[in-house]
Amino acid sequence: MSEKNRNHEILEKVSDEPVADGFDLRLYVAGQTPKSLAAISNLKKLCETHLAGRYTIEVIDLLVTPQLAAGDQIVALPTLVRRLPEPLKRVIGDLSNTERVLVGLDIRSKTGSRT
Amino acid sequence: MAAKRKNTDATASATRLEALRKTPTGIKGLDALTLGGLPTGRPTLLCGAAGCGKTLFAMTFLINGSTEFGEPGVLMSFEERARDLETNVASLGYDVADLVQRKQLVIDHVYIERAEIEESGEYDLEGLFVRLGHAIDSIGAKRVVLDTIEALFSGLDDSAILRAELRRLFAWLKDKGVTAIITGERGDGQLTRYGIEEYVSDCVILLDNRVEEQVTTRRLRVVKYRGSSHGTNEYPFLIDEHGISVLPITSAELGHSVSQEAVPTGVSDLDDMLGIHGFFRGSSILVSGLAGTGKSTFASSFVNAACGRGERCLYFAFEESPDQIVRNMTSVGMNLSQHVERGLLEFQAARPSLYGFEMHLARMNRDIEEFAPQVIVVDPISAFRGPSFEIHSTLVRLADICKSKGITALFTSLSTSGEQMTESERSVSSLMDTWISLKDMEANGERNRVLYLLKSRGMNHSKQLREYQLTNHGIHMVDAYVGPDGVLTGTARIAQEAREREASLSRKQATERRRREVARKRTAVERQIAELRASLETEETEVETLIEQEETRELSIGSERSEMASIRGLRS
Repeated sequence: MSEKNRNHEILEKVSDEPVADGFDLRLYVAGQTPKSLAAISNLKKLCETHLAGRYTIEVIDLLVTPQLAAGDQIVALPTLVRRLPEPLKRVIGDLSNTERVLVGLDIRSKTGSRT
Repeated sequence: MAAKRKNTDATASATRLEALRKTPTGIKGLDALTLGGLPTGRPTLLCGAAGCGKTLFAMTFLINGSTEFGEPGVLMSFEERARDLETNVASLGYDVADLVQRKQLVIDHVYIERAEIEESGEYDLEGLFVRLGHAIDSIGAKRVVLDTIEALFSGLDDSAILRAELRRLFAWLKDKGVTAIITGERGDGQLTRYGIEEYVSDCVILLDNRVEEQVTTRRLRVVKYRGSSHGTNEYPFLIDEHGISVLPITSAELGHSVSQEAVPTGVSDLDDMLGIHGFFRGSSILVSGLAGTGKSTFASSFVNAACGRGERCLYFAFEESPDQIVRNMTSVGMNLSQHVERGLLEFQAARPSLYGFEMHLARMNRDIEEFAPQVIVVDPISAFRGPSFEIHSTLVRLADICKSKGITALFTSLSTSGEQMTESERSVSSLMDTWISLKDMEANGERNRVLYLLKSRGMNHSKQLREYQLTNHGIHMVDAYVGPDGVLTGTARIAQEAREREASLSRKQATERRRREVARKRTAVERQIAELRASLETEETEVETLIEQEETRELSIGSERSEMASIRGLRS
């Protein structure tokens, strides 16, 4: 997986340096399907609300780079992968159920512990 | 009109040809019973319980595809990691890593950990399609294996989505034109646990691993094969260091050609008892007898003679180890080890209880295929224990295999008691072309061996009971004494022969005596006759003399009377 081969758009990047407790997220989709588009917009919304300033999102279109599917063990689409912080987490679906995405990304418990 | 019909005929035949296109698996036997292999460009469901060899089967399909048929393959494994798979098939002598390196094989391990997946909203399995599509396109794969795709059901919650996606996947595989094997775990009351046989319906193969009386037999059955005929029975298959082999045995075939050639038995006296001085080549011979009657010795003599002629022999030993047989046969003057060294004789020894019948048969079939012998020996068939119909079917098929290949097969069978046939004997008796029965005759504190030919199809043969001896230079026949009291053997025979000689001598003497007596009587009688005749003659002469005297007297009386009358006349 070299950087050159990656054909993805970086939607938003707060900082080039990974933030200490920053979220490195990757969203895998296949083409511009309604599900893909819904997932992208849902993710953006959710990150802005809950992770403002400490996340990066990469969207990877597997129709363009199918070789990336095996590396991250992608089966279902769309799949959101939390690469950082460890451990690896996945959320599949169009991310319409915010509650479950938050649980899946361990954000809910984190914010819960803070408050 | 006619043109139109011709046209439809042409399309019909074209679709039929299309339907019959098959992709060989390279698994010996399976291609035979499916008449060519799996349906090309269609998915095949391979199902069975855990430990049936599904993965191995699928792997073999892929590996044979790339090594034998030039068809690269993709294995999508949902259970085992690529490295584990490599190790697993390495035991069968397959170098998977090399194939992967040469871009003949792609192994993609799909790993789904439920704990790290959260489902949120709508999704599909396009990711799987992308992965599979990429793998297929990257090496131009023609064969695809999805090893236990049902693992998805335990990884993902929404089974409705899964089912829809699986249906789409199988249709997609067909569109791709790849020949696929989809494995599935056997479920309760259905072929697979999640009923995916609903979606894969072109060809379904069921693997089974049954334990009967502590013996495991692997079996395979083609449940359905759309658009093709196929063998419908359960067929045993083997997994061992030679890979997988299925044994398609059709006992219905009786169309083998027969030979007129005689194969010497290795015992010259026995040859003489058979009308053609030997067994027919390609026939089945049964040597049955009690323990210690020399069944193995007969078998070894046959083998020894065959190897001596430069023929190849395969000896299946179920009771003795090869070394033991070789050693024991030196005591009757046979050196079998020289044949082993020259590669003409091969022993295959196994305990009968090691496998089931089917497995034994499968193994024997494979060994026969590999060694290509002219003669085989199965020593003994009575070692197989089990229901008689199974023994029967096993042996029928073994005999058929041998006959179809023109192999002369000699079976030995241990009888349990004198007259009673054992189960295996009874079940095979009708199969055998020649049946030599070895017997023990116990009398006068000793045991002697006799044999007779119970039957020998297609030739005249001796019906005599013959005594034989196992000497240090082979088997030799002795003329058995058959008398009113049955057959006498050993010292009893010798004693009886002595008695016979004595009796015949005394009979001879008696005859002589009587002859002399008669002669004496004759002379006596003749003498008597002579005497009588002499006395008669004397009497006759006496009588004649008397008659003469009488006549003389009458004459003289007459003359006297006339004299007296004349005298009287003269005086008156």
